[in-house]
Order: sequence, then structure tokens, then C-alpha cells
Amino acid sequence: MYSEKVMDHFANPRNVGEIEDANAVGEVGNAKCGDIMKIYMKIEDNIIKEVKFKTFGCGAAVATSSMATEMVKGKTIDDALKLTNKAVMEALDGLPPAKVHCSVLAEEAINAAIYDYYKRLGIEPPVEIKCSGCCSDCHKHD
Amino acid sequence: MAKSIYLDNSATTPLKKEVLDAMMPYLCEHYGNPSSIYKIGREAKAAVETAREKVAKAINADPKEIFFTGCGTEADNWAIKGIALAKEKKGKHIITSKIEHHAVLHTLESLEKQGYEVTYLEVDEYGKISLDDLRASIRPDTILITIMTANNEVGTIEPIAEIGAIAKEYGVLFHTDAVQAIGSINIDVKEMNIDLLSLSAHKFGGPKGVGAMFARRNVLPAVFMHGGAQERARRAGTENVSSIVGLGKAIELATNNLEEKSAKLCAMRDRLIKEIPEKIPFVKLNGHPIDRLPGNVNFSFNFIEGEALLLMLDLNGIAASSGSACTSGSLDPSHVLLALGLPHEIAHGSLRLSIGEINTSDDIDYVLEVLPNIVQRLRDMSPLYEKVSKELK
Ligand SMILES: Cc1ncc(COP(=O)(O)O)c(C=O)c1O
Repeated sequence: MYSEKVMDHFANPRNVGEIEDANAVGEVGNAKCGDIMKIYMKIEDNIIKEVKFKTFGCGAAVATSSMATEMVKGKTIDDALKLTNKAVMEALDGLPPAKVHCSVLAEEAINAAIYDYYKRLGIEPPVEIKCSGCCSDCHKHD
Repeated sequence: MAKSIYLDNSATTPLKKEVLDAMMPYLCEHYGNPSSIYKIGREAKAAVETAREKVAKAINADPKEIFFTGCGTEADNWAIKGIALAKEKKGKHIITSKIEHHAVLHTLESLEKQGYEVTYLEVDEYGKISLDDLRASIRPDTILITIMTANNEVGTIEPIAEIGAIAKEYGVLFHTDAVQAIGSINIDVKEMNIDLLSLSAHKFGGPKGVGAMFARRNVLPAVFMHGGAQERARRAGTENVSSIVGLGKAIELATNNLEEKSAKLCAMRDRLIKEIPEKIPFVKLNGHPIDRLPGNVNFSFNFIEGEALLLMLDLNGIAASSGSACTSGSLDPSHVLLALGLPHEIAHGSLRLSIGEINTSDDIDYVLEVLPNIVQRLRDMSPLYEKVSKELK
């Protein structure tokens, strides 16, 4: 059901962990739905110097977190904000239909971390940021 | 060599060699149609009737009370819809539990759309229904009580004999889905006052795609398949002879010296139930501590998700199952775990290991060796565990 790429990123996830002195942290999803992604970044001169993640969730949630962090590492904030869930999926050679939401979560987690970065600086975050990390409206569930 | 350990015997079991041997002659050699009057037809008919006797004997029924079906799901559908239709003049109320298999629950939902009323009994934290609740739910228009013998996810065994006695007292028919119970615990339809029962061959070493319904004499659910005269004209269609023969052989083997086999499974089960919490913190046993299927182990592991756990186990050669949403194909985790009162996040982290006759104590050793590392690895990746691990330090 999962591609070899997905299984590789699940079995050997890149960038797992925390960054002690992160200056951007984003968390999306909720435990009730069964997936939470938390992304830590160290941003310097608009460049994502370091990025790590922690994920509670299924195989696809771990793999998309791993792939998304790989794709934004070393990138400028503006480039990172251009990362789409589709690009993450393509990089993983696709996801089963029921797992597409995991790639959306990964995109949102990156956005939420960058949102946090602007907040910390006291700067109004750019409008391109699609997700603030407050996910109750995107992830409806009783 | 890479390990390969099968601990999903509640999903299905391998076909036993003796069963295959019993089936083989009925594919190419004795290929007759059981309805034909010549020799090879009569041979096939005799084989079907011998299998019927074996199924009857296994549950202390009369062979005339056994009807072969295409699977356990069909037996559930037939028993429930068939009684609903046959008894609609008496009433349209049916009582069940919240933890039934979908073969029962979805059948009842379809009846609700046709104007039937269904009471879904709550279960306690261990998965047992309350007999007082059952009594209180019975109404003059109640036509059927359908409660499973044992639950497929958490292994809890329901008080079947007591339910049977209550059903008898109130003059209501009692059906039980015994798909998980046959071959694991002793079932006597007479002693337990069971009126209708469903079973499925592939859960106890028989072939997939064949099952049976027991319906007590004079308790006749409506005709399920219209057509020829097979199964006393109630389930028409040329019999799946080799599979029926396989079902007969498998149920005979599975119910022979049940106590001895069950003791072996219980020993392996109890080791996992005792040692998993000793080796892994933040776990919870799901299901009843005592009244549970000999092969069922079900734990929730806090802070991690079940599908990820299954994939990790699979990478280590262990086949198991989970009640997480990601494995149920919906947004919600298993309805059984939620009915037991588990919060969503704990239900997502459940693992079912179901032990069967093919397993050995070496398999249990191996699980106990690799599971703690796998759980720790996933926890180290989990943001939910972060806070806890900091507090532990
Ligand atoms: C309790 C229960 N009922 C019914 C079924 C359905 O049986 P079958 O797969 O033969 O249709 C199963 C098996 O998954 C089961 O565990």
C-alpha cells in the first residue's frame, strides 16, 4: 500500500528530534484524530539552517514529516512557504488516497513554524501563510 | 533468516494440512453435484451431510439445524434479517450490543432504515454487557437478542448462558455470533439456550469463504437465497462441497481436546499480558482480565499510533493488527475500543496480538524482545511523549 520511498522515510526518518534553541516551532493536528506534527526550526538570515520534527501518527504521517523537513532544509523562508502537499507526495512517489491528509498536515506544520517565527519577531506574518497551527477549523471531528 | 511470526489468528488462520487432505478429493475426483442422483452425486451429497454432522456435534446441535453459508458474515446477515422478516408480525425490536462485529451492526443498521428499532446495549470497561440492562431492554415487541459470544478485538467473552436463560424466560429468540469463539471455547447450544448461531471455517484452520448458521428446530429464519432445493430450500445454490468438507474436518479438529489446546494458548497469552506491562511503561490492557479468548492479547500504548506500530512490527517480521483509525479505514478508531470508554488517542495506539495453534513460546520470546524497542523508538519520535520524558528526567 505504501511506496518504497514512504517506507524508507518511515523506517529511517530524517531529521527526527528537537532543537533546543529553535526560534520557530509549529504544531498541527490533534491526538484525537490520531496525528500530530511538531516542527522545530532554526532560522538565520531568512534561511532555514536547521529543521527537526516529532510526529505522533501513522506511517504516512512520519514519512511526510521526514520528507517535508528534507525539502525545506537550507531553503529561504519564502521558498519553504511555497512547499505544497502535492510536492511532498510526489517526492514520496505518491500516497494512498486515505493518507493525502498527512501530506497536508506536513505542509501546514512547516507553515505553522514559520508563522511562529514571525510572531516571535513581532512582525505580522505574510498572507501566504496558510496555516497558523490552530487547526480546529481545518480538522473538524467529533 | 528473516523472522516471520504470525500473530493475527483472529483475522484468519492457516488451513490445516489434514483439512486440505480431506478437501482435495472433492475438487477433481468426487466432483459430482450433490443434487444429482448418480454415484458421484451421491458421494458429494454424503460428504456434505457428514460435514453437517460434524458441525452439529461440535456445538451439540442436530444436523438438521445446521445450514451451510458462504461465510460468517452471511450467517450473521441471514440469522438477523431472516428472523426480522419471519417475526415482523410479532414486532420490530431487536437488542444487540455496541461491540458487535460490523457483520451484525451494519445488518442491523440496514433494518433500522426499514423501520425496525434496535437497542444497542452499553458494555462496561472490560467489554461485558449488563444482564440487568438486557432485562430492562426487553419489550413485548422484542423479536431477537443478538450478542456475540466473544469479541474479535478485545477477546471478552460475554455471559452467553445467562443471556440464553433470560431470552428463554421472556420468550425472545437469541442469536450469537460465535465466529471468534468456535474452536477456542466450549459451546453447547442446548445448555446455553442458543436459538441461532454463526460460525466461520477460516477462523479455526478451515478454508476461507465457508461458514454455517445454526437455527434451532422450529426457529426458521426466512429463506435467504431463492432457487434450488439446497439447504432445505432455504439457501439455494450448488454447495461448495470441498469447502464444506473442509469446514467439517476443521471444526472436528478444533473442538477435539479443546481444553488442552486452550491451556497452551492461555499460557502464551498470560505471559504477554504479564510481561508487556513489566517491560513497557504507559500501557493498558484492553478487554476482560479473565473472561477472554485464550489467544487474545490487546494493549494500548500511550503516545503512539497503531498503524505505525504495525508497520514497525512488520519490518521486524511480526504480523498483528490494531484498532487505530488508520487501520479501520475511517477517521475514528475502533467502535469497540470507544465503547469500552477509551479516549480516542488511547484507542489509536492499540495493538491486538492473537495467538493461534501455529504459535510457540519462541514467538512470544521474540515479541517480548522486539516490542519494547519498537514502542520506545516511536515514543522518541512522538511530540506527546516529549513532555512525559522531560518529567521523567
Ligand atoms: C466476530 C466476527 N463476526 C463475523 C466475522 C466475519 O466472518 P467472515 O470473514 O467469515 O465473513 C468475523 C471475522 O472477521 C468476526 O470476527
